[in-house]
Amino acid sequence: MPVPTSGTATVTTPTDEQILITREFDAPKHLVWKAWTTPELVKRWWSGRRGEMTHVEIDLRVGGTWRYVMLAHGESEIAFHGTYREVVPEERIVTTEVFEGMPGPSEDAVINIVTFVEEDGRTRLELLVQAMSKEIRDAIIDSGMEGGMQEQMDALEELAISLAG
Amino acid sequence: MARAATTADTFNAVAEPRRRQILDVLAGGERPVNDLVDELGLAQPQVSKHLRVLREVGAVDVREEGRQRLYSINDRALKPIHDWVKNYEQLWTERFDELDAVLDDLKKEEGDAGADERDSDGDDPDR
Repeated sequence: MPVPTSGTATVTTPTDEQILITREFDAPKHLVWKAWTTPELVKRWWSGRRGEMTHVEIDLRVGGTWRYVMLAHGESEIAFHGTYREVVPEERIVTTEVFEGMPGPSEDAVINIVTFVEEDGRTRLELLVQAMSKEIRDAIIDSGMEGGMQEQMDALEELAISLAG
Repeated sequence: MARAATTADTFNAVAEPRRRQILDVLAGGERPVNDLVDELGLAQPQVSKHLRVLREVGAVDVREEGRQRLYSINDRALKPIHDWVKNYEQLWTERFDELDAVLDDLKKEEGDAGADERDSDGDDPDR
């Protein structure tokens, strides 16, 4: 059944250390929150059309951890994990995010801040990817520019995912 | 790491929706600033500001012709980064499209539960 879409994701860079992704959903925020934080539901959307989710664990509380594993089409597993720093039900989640395939400087080099705002039954979602420094964001972006074409596209995809969450 | 800085600056330049619109227009060929003002529906000072950012990172070239300044895109400098942004945006668009489908199901479940006053304890999130 065709599902009405609310448009494309908008990606901007508000500062040198940030990437901001926004999107509106035709649903109240308690449902968007549920889809964002329930493992069985995250499995259905987080890989987009690029593979299958093989593992999703979410311990949604401050200090709790999460781990997502995706099996990309014809590729190896791509895994991410993080620790929740702030959880305000149906309002806001702050978490670290680590891409397990890339040697990173530290566990908190990248922080994701997700906010849910409801208006007239619709929900505006903002995902702010905050890197610890411009150098870290540069390193993430720059490493995507190396290697052969196919490798590059694979890396870009992985990096894109590593920035998300 | 001079290269990293340059890449990131270009990334910044491209990952801004208005500037991407300018690049899309310039992809069709060299244009004077007035054309860009018309096509984008922005005030000239704004367009000029965006063009300045794009020129600073080498994404756009400019040349004088009589009284006009003609802007053109520097494809080679931009392609990899433009691809990266497009890919990233595409990934999130895919995810959100799938999320729309999940939300649609949740709305239906909620509607059903409300209609028959039943508790949906045996909640089955699989389709």
